[in-house]
Amino acid sequence: MNTPVRKARAVPDGRRRFLKGCLGTVGAAVAAATASDRAAARETYQRPADALGLLYDATLCIGCKACVAACKRANDNPPEFSTTDKLWDTPLDTSGYTFNIIKMYRSGTMATKDDEENGYAFMKTSCMHCADPSCVSACPVTAMTKDATTGIVAYDPEACVGCRYCVVACPFGIPKYQYDSPTGQIGKCELCRHRYKDGHYSACAEVCPTGATLYGRTSDLLVEAKRRLALKPGSVTTYPRGNLSGGPDQSYEGKVGNYKQHVYGETEYGGTQVLKLSAVDFEKVGMPYLPPKSSASTSETIQHTLYGGLLMPFAVLGALTYVAKRNVHHEDDEAPPAEPPGREES
Amino acid sequence: MSAQQHARPAPVGGSMFTATTLVCGILMAITATIIVVRLFFGLSSTTNVNDGYSWGIWVVVDVFIGSALACGGFCMALLVYVFNKGKYHPLVRPALLGSLFGYTFAGAAITFDLGRWWNFWHIFWPGYFNVNSVMFEVAACITLYIIVMWIEFSPVFLEKLGLRDARRKLEKSLFFFIALGCVLPMMHQASLGTMLVVMGDQVHPLWQTPIQPLIYLLSAIMLGYGVILFESCVAASAYRRQIELSLLNPMAKVMLGIIALFLVVRFTDVAVRGALPEAFRASHIALTFWVENLCLVATFLLIGTVEARRNPARLFLAGITVMLSGILLRLNGFLIAFDTGPGWSYFPSVPELLVTIGIFAAEVFGYIYITRRFPVLPREETHAQPAHS
Repeated sequence: MNTPVRKARAVPDGRRRFLKGCLGTVGAAVAAATASDRAAARETYQRPADALGLLYDATLCIGCKACVAACKRANDNPPEFSTTDKLWDTPLDTSGYTFNIIKMYRSGTMATKDDEENGYAFMKTSCMHCADPSCVSACPVTAMTKDATTGIVAYDPEACVGCRYCVVACPFGIPKYQYDSPTGQIGKCELCRHRYKDGHYSACAEVCPTGATLYGRTSDLLVEAKRRLALKPGSVTTYPRGNLSGGPDQSYEGKVGNYKQHVYGETEYGGTQVLKLSAVDFEKVGMPYLPPKSSASTSETIQHTLYGGLLMPFAVLGALTYVAKRNVHHEDDEAPPAEPPGREES
Repeated sequence: MSAQQHARPAPVGGSMFTATTLVCGILMAITATIIVVRLFFGLSSTTNVNDGYSWGIWVVVDVFIGSALACGGFCMALLVYVFNKGKYHPLVRPALLGSLFGYTFAGAAITFDLGRWWNFWHIFWPGYFNVNSVMFEVAACITLYIIVMWIEFSPVFLEKLGLRDARRKLEKSLFFFIALGCVLPMMHQASLGTMLVVMGDQVHPLWQTPIQPLIYLLSAIMLGYGVILFESCVAASAYRRQIELSLLNPMAKVMLGIIALFLVVRFTDVAVRGALPEAFRASHIALTFWVENLCLVATFLLIGTVEARRNPARLFLAGITVMLSGILLRLNGFLIAFDTGPGWSYFPSVPELLVTIGIFAAEVFGYIYITRRFPVLPREETHAQPAHS
């Protein structure tokens, strides 16, 4: 970029031109933005009609961690150790090799289960399979996808570049990367979609002895969750186990917990396909407050407003090309410009 | 010859073997070794990045901050070719050179942070790329911009090689690459801010806003001018040359205008979103917010008057305060005020820091090599009059 500029004119002309340059560029940008605006606004996605998911009821969970072990087996993941003897698989959180874990809430003396004060409670941590997932929006190479029918958020290591934007973007901290490997992948729950062809469903729900983790269509699970919230705490009701939307009846009778009147996942970020019930405040057991509008929809609205159809970039490029063509002067190698450029005092 | 005339660029000349280039060379060798270890043993062998802070300084500093500090080139091109301020022409080549290295090494740096780098081409392959992704826009734009910048800069090499015909042909279409070289960085520098939006409440409200693209674009432009102030002063002192005060003085005024606009936008946004009370809590978050923005206020105190802008030391310090503020804006958004939940922490490891330092050393080395051997900096006239006479 050696070409010197056509010499600047007298001050007033130069200033006028400066303003013209500004106005032209801004005008082109605004016109393009208005044109692309209508198409750009992106609503928060809702769950597909036949979305599959889980219902986790913390009041039914006994913390046996059968689901953690089953998940490891189903996904062929190695054990992770947090104790010195390294005898048992003891992951402290989900990771690139652990897609499901039961965490514990503790308060004071931990005397009673599901009490916020001086009590304890369990909470399952695994992918929520959002209706409008941040990870899918963030992924530059479509390695994270949401199935149009089942709504399962799946990962394809063959497509992934390993930028880890999904790891950073997820509000639940779910996609995790394998940092200890030169060929590390992202690891996350895919609702055992690889086991469906053998007549299986999510391993965590298959093995859960109390039905705390229940598999099924999210629409069915939501009805079941609301049924439980409407019951009187302490009364007796029937709890299904395993697969709510089909499969043999494995139900049993149990006492109704002292639920918070909130189905976590019903509306968060447009809803999730994994729903949760708890007797302890959700934020206290690690489930963040999320508005009904997804951050993916905000992000994509911004992107499409600015770059939709590349309208605005081309408009600005056109304006700048026009201005630059006028102002770039082809210099002859031998003859440096003789006239002094106009001066403008600051 | 009058000092107001465009001094034609010429190689600075001199030996490549100096204390500075030797130190740069050693730092680059260390960096290369660490990268080899990382490629064979995974990210955790050399870095402290984790699932709570999956983006460490290799992303936030090398790429996000490194590329923003490399905005001098397009900022000068905007001033000279779009707003027709021809007098600034002598600053274009050095600024473009800084940008060229800043971006080229930022692009190289991201490659070995990628967990599955051999798939990198997917970013450009229809069928893989995702137009909804902010990361896609940034990655595609930065790559394209690096290519455009090498084209923009190639007359320097053609000039050196004496390929006059090739150069003349290229220059006929150069105006288009100049325009493209302004649009592309404006696009992805804005999008670097939009990257934060999808992270939602994980980013502190003082740094989370839907007008992120405007804030990051304005910040990138003021950084561009701040870096030129800094670079011009450093180059003048290192090569014992005159500082181009007659150019830096009015350019600094343009920069102050952008900074004023930035501050108005920034504080209006924070106030409208109701996040202002967050800035008055006794926390390190509030502290870093004020340091970030008071750096900009300090710029006005340093070079607010025409008189003050004739003082090279003040211009140099102003360059530094602007750079500090821009660096902090990005560090705060992506690391310091990013909270992914309890139990996670991140501070870069020594090898991680060494790589970041090594990349900046490579940029310095490249800048020295090109300015000594190729016509980039304006030719020094031994009997030139003081620039502001």
